[in-house]
Amino acid sequence: MATTLATLPFGALAVVVNVAGERGFRRRLFELGFMPGNSVRVLAAAPMGDPLDVEVAGCRFSLRRAEADSITVTPASAPAAAH
Amino acid sequence: MANPGPPRIAIAGNPNTGKTSLFNRLTGAGARVGNYAGVTVEREEATWRLGGLKVNVVDIPGTYSLAARSGEEQVAVRALFGLDGEPRPELVVLVVDSTQLVRNLYLAVQLAEAGLPFVIALNLIDAARKLGAAPDPAAVSRAFGVPVVATSAQTGEGIAELGAAVLAALANPPRPAVHPPYPAALEADIEALVPYGAAASPAEARALALWTLLSVDEHDELIDIPAAVRAEMARRRAEAASAGRDLDLEIVSARYAWLASHNLRPPVGAGARPDLSQRVDRFLLHPLYGGVTFLVVMGVLFQTLFAWSDPLVGLIESALAAAGEAVATVLPAGVFTDLLVDGVIAGVGSVVVFLPQILLLFLLLGFLEDSGYMARVAFLVDRMMRSVGLHGRAFVPMLSGYACAVPAIMATRTLERRRDRLLTMMVVPLMSCSARLPVYTLVIATVLGNHSTILGLPGRPVAMVGMYVFSTLMAFLAAGVLGRTLLKGPKVPLLLELPPYRMPRIPTVLRQMWMRARSFLTEAGTTILVVTVLLWGLLYFPRYEPPSGVVLDEAAVASEQLSQSYGGMLGRVIEPAIAPLGFDWKIGVGLVGAFAAREVFVSTMGLMYGIGADADETSVGLREHMQAARNPDGSPVWTPLTGATLMVFFALSAQCLSTLAVVRRESRSWAWATFLFAYMTVLAWSASAVVVVVGRAIGLQ
Repeated sequence: MATTLATLPFGALAVVVNVAGERGFRRRLFELGFMPGNSVRVLAAAPMGDPLDVEVAGCRFSLRRAEADSITVTPASAPAAAH
Repeated sequence: MANPGPPRIAIAGNPNTGKTSLFNRLTGAGARVGNYAGVTVEREEATWRLGGLKVNVVDIPGTYSLAARSGEEQVAVRALFGLDGEPRPELVVLVVDSTQLVRNLYLAVQLAEAGLPFVIALNLIDAARKLGAAPDPAAVSRAFGVPVVATSAQTGEGIAELGAAVLAALANPPRPAVHPPYPAALEADIEALVPYGAAASPAEARALALWTLLSVDEHDELIDIPAAVRAEMARRRAEAASAGRDLDLEIVSARYAWLASHNLRPPVGAGARPDLSQRVDRFLLHPLYGGVTFLVVMGVLFQTLFAWSDPLVGLIESALAAAGEAVATVLPAGVFTDLLVDGVIAGVGSVVVFLPQILLLFLLLGFLEDSGYMARVAFLVDRMMRSVGLHGRAFVPMLSGYACAVPAIMATRTLERRRDRLLTMMVVPLMSCSARLPVYTLVIATVLGNHSTILGLPGRPVAMVGMYVFSTLMAFLAAGVLGRTLLKGPKVPLLLELPPYRMPRIPTVLRQMWMRARSFLTEAGTTILVVTVLLWGLLYFPRYEPPSGVVLDEAAVASEQLSQSYGGMLGRVIEPAIAPLGFDWKIGVGLVGAFAAREVFVSTMGLMYGIGADADETSVGLREHMQAARNPDGSPVWTPLTGATLMVFFALSAQCLSTLAVVRRESRSWAWATFLFAYMTVLAWSASAVVVVVGRAIGLQ
């Protein structure tokens, strides 16, 4: 069931389970809202598929795939319908 | 306890909260730009006239948290707590983005835990109202125990109320007392830790211990952390790890839990209706439409720098020429007049001539930054730039480098980290700037006939395009090499916020533009002026007197003067070094003269070949003289191979004192300016030598 943020389909809601990776970056991710239990969503990817446009707690960040891969998530629902 | 002089206020907040706009609103014009000790982070200070009181306001760099990984990030905690020699502010104004309340208040929790007196400005309140989610100032005030004012730096709403709140808080400082629900084990860690820096109260000691727990470890790049603190911290971390505890998560989640318990505004769920920025980004980040928009925006930026600044430059040049002529007619001919006209006035010209491009670039940068589009630029080009170790935000400085390295290097301030700034500064001068264009034009027209071909294509345009492609590839190659060696990136990867789109505030943009221009004139400008005058002296002295009885025309005298000047001597001195590249001493003099500005090479050639200083790259006479020039053995000096070699040399060498002066100013070190000059010169010489060897091998002359 668990997957990583990097493999999440665009628009799909998910919940953060765990954050791995370098300490300083991991701490910064926590501080910006990528904490276990919070919901996240990948909105889009830049040309060439990287980095990703990620939404968490009402804010958007540009996150590279390699780092998004260190965030474990579980899908929260079916992909949201297009607006 | 009170410091002598006016009270000090620090303005802090997350990035993209309109903090700088608010700072400008409060203080008006006339900020003083300084530097934090030990790091190249700018410190902006200004005076706020508050009723009858003069208040010193310092702008703290935008930050999401006090926790730090590097000396640059550490600036916030140093400035707010008055550590390591930083003066301690009497009051902090925390600027909060009302549309992203909870994340912004995370920083407020850290100030409140420390018991620092502060006032919250709920900024962008108008934007929050439009979203139907305006926070309640009274609720925030109750939670933190500090005054809270709703403001908008855009409309001016709440600015007067903020002033009143600050005055009241200065007279009667608020005493926030916030205790996030930390687990007992963490409380024990806090108790045991010697706080970093001198704490003024028990609350502050706790806050500094928490800061240490979040920031200090064996990999950090912080400065001035006492060894005792590091040792205790290492022990605590090891203990926590063996107990299976996650210190970082414990601290951060307790703070957010405290925020959640006060129910200030539930964080907007990720499933909420997409806001306007998201809808705009469906277009602006679209693979096709977004790409086209990006190209158009960058095209306009490039065209503005490259072409539209020209009329202004022309205006400045003719104004200075007129000033020079006026002086020359008033004063008697002589050394002093020449110094004034050709040295000082021309030197001032060589500084002021950069202003149009600097002003235009910072005007556009201001709009790109304030609107939020710059973050999208970084997002779109990140993949490409990263492949050579450059930050996405380095794209605009690199592009500007095609026009001129001086404003481009100044534009590296848009990069947060010193390593990213330095790497960009070190490669921007390799981009083929507009001052190289006249050199390429002259050389190509001299060595390639109108009907010459390269690989079956028209020779002249192919050679010109080739130089641009070559310089771009070399810049990226150099970034790749330097970024993996000397300027190896930090281990911490990048996390860029994509802030909501906002209307730029024109006074803020104009003020930033003016401050950049002013710092260029006063700091880099003086260096450029002094060195330009020295260069003039190098080519002016010693004076040449024609032998009695010999009558020479003006151009011939000028040519003799140049060839026996100190600069001319220098050309001969360096001839052994450049002879292997096929350059004679006349080209050597041209290289010396080109230091003032690369295009001066053309007029120096005009002088050397007796055409006069007015020759330009299209002058047929100069071209013909150059084509007719012969080496002592009778072979032509200007062959296609010499031309190619010289262009490669010009493309790669740091023949520009203004670039070096600006690198010194922006890096705040002569070492980096020297390194830039050294590595580019070695690169230019080696690449030119390769051209000579390969060229001869394939049968070129």
